[in-house]
Amino acid sequence: MALLEVTDVHTYYGNIHALKGISISVAEGEIVSLIGGNGAGKTTTLRTISGLLRPQHGSVTLNGEDLHQYKAHQLVSKGIAMVPEGRGVFARLSVAENLEMGAYHRNDKDGIADDLKRAYALFPRLDERKTQVAGTLSGGEQQMLAMARAMMSRPTLLLLDEPSMGLAPVLVELIFSTIADINKEGTTILLVEQNAHMALQVAHRGYVLQTGEIVLQDSAKNLQRNAMVQKAYLGID
Amino acid sequence: MSQRFKDIDYIDLLLWLFRAVIIIIVIWGTVAKIFLGRGNAYTADDWIDFFVSGLSQGSLYALIALGYTLVYGVLFMINFAHGEFFMSGTMTATVFVALPLSASGFLDEHPIIGMLAIMLTAMLISIGVAVLTERVAYRPLRRAPRLVPLITAIGASFFWQYFFRGLYGSSLVPFPELAVLQGKYNLFGIEILKTRAVVVVASVVMLVGLYFFVMRTKTGKAIRAVAEDKDVAALMGIDVDRTIAITFATGAAMAGAAGVLYGLVFRQVHFFMGFVPGIKAFTAAVLGGIGSIPGAALGGLFLGVIEAVGPPLFLEGLGIPGGHQLKDVIAFTMLVLVLIFRPQGIIGERLAEKKA
Ligand SMILES: Nc1ncnc2c1ncn2[C@@H]1O[C@H](COP(=O)(O)OP(=O)(O)O)[C@@H](O)[C@H]1O
Ligand SMILES: [Mg+2]
Repeated sequence: MALLEVTDVHTYYGNIHALKGISISVAEGEIVSLIGGNGAGKTTTLRTISGLLRPQHGSVTLNGEDLHQYKAHQLVSKGIAMVPEGRGVFARLSVAENLEMGAYHRNDKDGIADDLKRAYALFPRLDERKTQVAGTLSGGEQQMLAMARAMMSRPTLLLLDEPSMGLAPVLVELIFSTIADINKEGTTILLVEQNAHMALQVAHRGYVLQTGEIVLQDSAKNLQRNAMVQKAYLGID
Repeated sequence: MSQRFKDIDYIDLLLWLFRAVIIIIVIWGTVAKIFLGRGNAYTADDWIDFFVSGLSQGSLYALIALGYTLVYGVLFMINFAHGEFFMSGTMTATVFVALPLSASGFLDEHPIIGMLAIMLTAMLISIGVAVLTERVAYRPLRRAPRLVPLITAIGASFFWQYFFRGLYGSSLVPFPELAVLQGKYNLFGIEILKTRAVVVVASVVMLVGLYFFVMRTKTGKAIRAVAEDKDVAALMGIDVDRTIAITFATGAAMAGAAGVLYGLVFRQVHFFMGFVPGIKAFTAAVLGGIGSIPGAALGGLFLGVIEAVGPPLFLEGLGIPGGHQLKDVIAFTMLVLVLIFRPQGIIGERLAEKKA
């Protein structure tokens, strides 16, 4: 049984049928990427997994436990962390306070202090800007902060929603190499991207989402070679 | 130069004129008062008296204003029932704690313990009323259009007024006088009424305490996180509903304490006592920039002082008799002016643009 099992999930916004029976599974230790165009339902999928949205139908389980008996804030202690689309840093809280909020559900002071050190080691830029309010950070720094903050909860499953959005190529490289590092240290990752090129390079497996339905799933290597993926998402004719 | 003037339309011009007229009136009145000695002649002590009474009134506004600002910060809603949180705690504490303690003589024997007991009761009752109101009347409407909870708040305000009127009757209830607080302190040669001094000191202590609570504690940081983004706060593991309830409770605790201080100064409480201070404190919160905690504190102090010093200064200077009865006019004129010219408040930031 995989770590995360999304089975035949239907999610609606009022009358809008945004997810039309989606099934995804992510095994422990994997990086799985979910690619798709604008409005395909990628964000909706992640918000459904993280409990911000309730599916009308279908189930989401983590380690076999049904997640929808819990509220979103209770899922953090179950091991799910999410970096939302657009980063979602608390602009008026300092960098340090943002990181502290990432560890909100934890009470192990020493462990938190250790993880804080690791976060700063991972992103030295954040260390330099500790006391600065997050709203004054650049886009790249905010993305680093959002990722470091999510890691502060010591997640088993990290959900990333378009971490490369709006970033300069150098920073995109940095973010993706960090994703690979985080994964190597043992965190399972479900990565949502429009940047299919980078996403399929770092991932083990991938799903292609179109208007609320999974149309393709395969290993990342095979997806990179797939004619439809090349045409629609990699810009290769 | 023609380019520069092209952009100015008549509304702007009118507003500028309006601004100029107000400033001229205030300066005119002030100058007439100081140099021509219009109206009553006041000594320096009188002026100090006005100022200190303004400061003590203003610190009450500040304490109450915090509740408006905190709740606005997390829900973008003006909680018009906040004046009733202020009233409910004090009325209950007066009837069930202050009067019995006073009658038994305990209050005069142990004034500090007695006052703390009264305060604690008032704060707890205010918190209870606030949390109940939030849970029953506001939480179900969290996703409704913004006008809906606003109207509900007005309804809640009426509900609590008549609820407590039913409980305690519609007559004035005297708040006991404390023997230790009669008379004046002498501070560097300045005579200050003891009650006023106690009100100012107690308020400042609570304001500073609240600031540290919101800025330094984990719960305070969670309140600020919820104020910025509820979904992301939930993703951090913050229980948003609980944090919002805590926010209401915090504001209500301040209001409950303010109510007891109000009782000390005015020596009477009443089921309708929340209305005017509530609206004044709302004005103070807007003056300081609603959503900002230092803004609420400064707005409250500023409003209190202007209300106390304004009438003898520029209203008398303009030859308006009985200026003190017009202090409400000053307060609400300022509210209107701030809403027209500086909706973000005196020190507030532009919330509307960023959040809307
Ligand atoms: N809050 C919302 N209310 C109504 N419809 C929404 C909302 N959010 C997203 N949608 C719709 O749901 C579909 C999927 O959106 P989304 O998950 O954000 O796509 P993606 O992240 O892949 O760009 C789109 O058609 C979008 O218009
Ligand atoms: Mg999206």
